[in-house]
Amino acid sequence: MEPREVYLDNSATTRVDPKVTEAMLPYFSQRYGNPNSLHRLGREAREAVDEARAKVAALINAEPTDIIFTGAGSEADNLAIKGAAWALRERGKGCHIITSAIEHHAILDTVKWLGKMGFEYTILPVDSRGMVSPEDLEKAIRPDTILATIMAANNEIGTIQPVRELGEVCRAHGVMFHTDGVQAAGHIKVDVKELPVDMMTMAAHKMYGPKGLGALYVRRGIKLIPTLHGGGQEFGLRSGTENVPGIVGFGKAAELAKERLDAGEDKKIAALRDYLIEGVLSRVPESQLTGAAGDGRLPFHASFTIKYIEGEGMLLLLDAAGIYASSGSACTSGSLEPSYVLLATGLDHATAHGSLRLTMSHETTREDIDYVLEKFPPIVERLRSMSPFWNKR
Amino acid sequence: MYNQKVVDYFMNPRNAGRIEDADAVGEVGNPKCGDVMKIYLKINPQSEVVEDIKFETFGCAAAIATSSMVTELAKGRTLSDALKITNKEVADELGGLPPAKLHCSLLAQEGIQAAAADYYMRRDGKLPDGLTMPKTCIACGCEAGEEEEERFVSEHDRVAE
Ligand code: FES
Repeated sequence: MEPREVYLDNSATTRVDPKVTEAMLPYFSQRYGNPNSLHRLGREAREAVDEARAKVAALINAEPTDIIFTGAGSEADNLAIKGAAWALRERGKGCHIITSAIEHHAILDTVKWLGKMGFEYTILPVDSRGMVSPEDLEKAIRPDTILATIMAANNEIGTIQPVRELGEVCRAHGVMFHTDGVQAAGHIKVDVKELPVDMMTMAAHKMYGPKGLGALYVRRGIKLIPTLHGGGQEFGLRSGTENVPGIVGFGKAAELAKERLDAGEDKKIAALRDYLIEGVLSRVPESQLTGAAGDGRLPFHASFTIKYIEGEGMLLLLDAAGIYASSGSACTSGSLEPSYVLLATGLDHATAHGSLRLTMSHETTREDIDYVLEKFPPIVERLRSMSPFWNKR
Repeated sequence: MYNQKVVDYFMNPRNAGRIEDADAVGEVGNPKCGDVMKIYLKINPQSEVVEDIKFETFGCAAAIATSSMVTELAKGRTLSDALKITNKEVADELGGLPPAKLHCSLLAQEGIQAAAADYYMRRDGKLPDGLTMPKTCIACGCEAGEEEEERFVSEHDRVAE
């Protein structure tokens, strides 16, 4: 088989779609106005921002005025959690927050920081697939609970949470519900008109848009306290001159994502994902899927642990074969603790060290996957031949 | 992140494998921290020269590269000479390691110590003066072999830190 380059790290970031780049370009040096200026260039920029807002809103069936652009998904998470927590506490609603053990650091660290600011919090466990149970959530709700934040889908193990059920529990108890939809938005259908979700985070660069662009959906009527003060842009919630080219790119990316979802491309990619998962599990002995299977996982997401070896070696040997992947192994991050997400699903440390994540894009082909399935098993064998655990198993 | 030499020693490891009828075997590290290194020795009983040495390693690229390097450095030396190999020497011979990976070279140094200790224990039933059996996992400082900590289960009703 011909050597190729196969990028399977789309959960980290995606390639900007050429149509997105094209849409952005004029806003750098032709239509470069500040959307807050009154003249023609300013008006042009304002229109472009409004149009993009409408497209991002359409992706999740929201109203354009419910979308706030931010500088990153992490920033949107911060705005949602701090903004809601402060606003609710100010109104005497309480100070208890609920989240889950496998959230992104933008959530976990923010919640823990609020803990230092006098809030209290509960971190819900997950089951072996990485799912939060609505019953656990309900049990954790206290009279002073103001907010629950549970991700729509996990970046490391691809598990999709039962967002509807979780949201319903929150509704029933009058608790505000935020979901980090960074991995989910643009890849699975999300309709905020029929889901009991009050706030949702998105990021452009996970859906073939530019980096440095996040968005927060905020259901009408919800009051947030801004995390950035200044000129009052973005309905007063995110001051700072708008990143017009980026916003335009986000809009285009959202529009394209919606088209793909409407055309059912998520089903196609899920079939390819299952082919990849099946291929790895059948060709690599003692490998195991992490996270949920089938409809319970993101359509583009495959993740494994390969027993008896460590993730970093796999990444380097895959890289040498032109395959770009990632791992939740501790060694790749320079820390000694493997991924807290994998540990939370009940994996032991040694197994968690052998994690591998392969995340596809809509451009990934069956030939790409066949190439991976050809190259990967010998890499595992090679590393295992050096492993004391494999040899004495 | 890694220099060419480290990559080479990872990609083309020297002395990987095991020695079935080894005169000594040393194992250091802890799977909990992601590194376990096992060193096998064949020793000439008269001269105490390391005639053959092999390693098995569970760990990152740096762990494999340092294992590989330490076996090369030890081969042909007398055991007491091999015991003088320091982690710094291993790292230097590799042209340097990223700071987060320096503990992998410590593991290599301790691997030799553990194997030598096993050799003396088998032969004399005791360790020579000055040699101790490496007991702690250098990487994280935990007691090697210690039971795994209880896993994250629930933090219900956990309050502010
Ligand atoms: S094996 Fe993990 S840092 Fe070396």
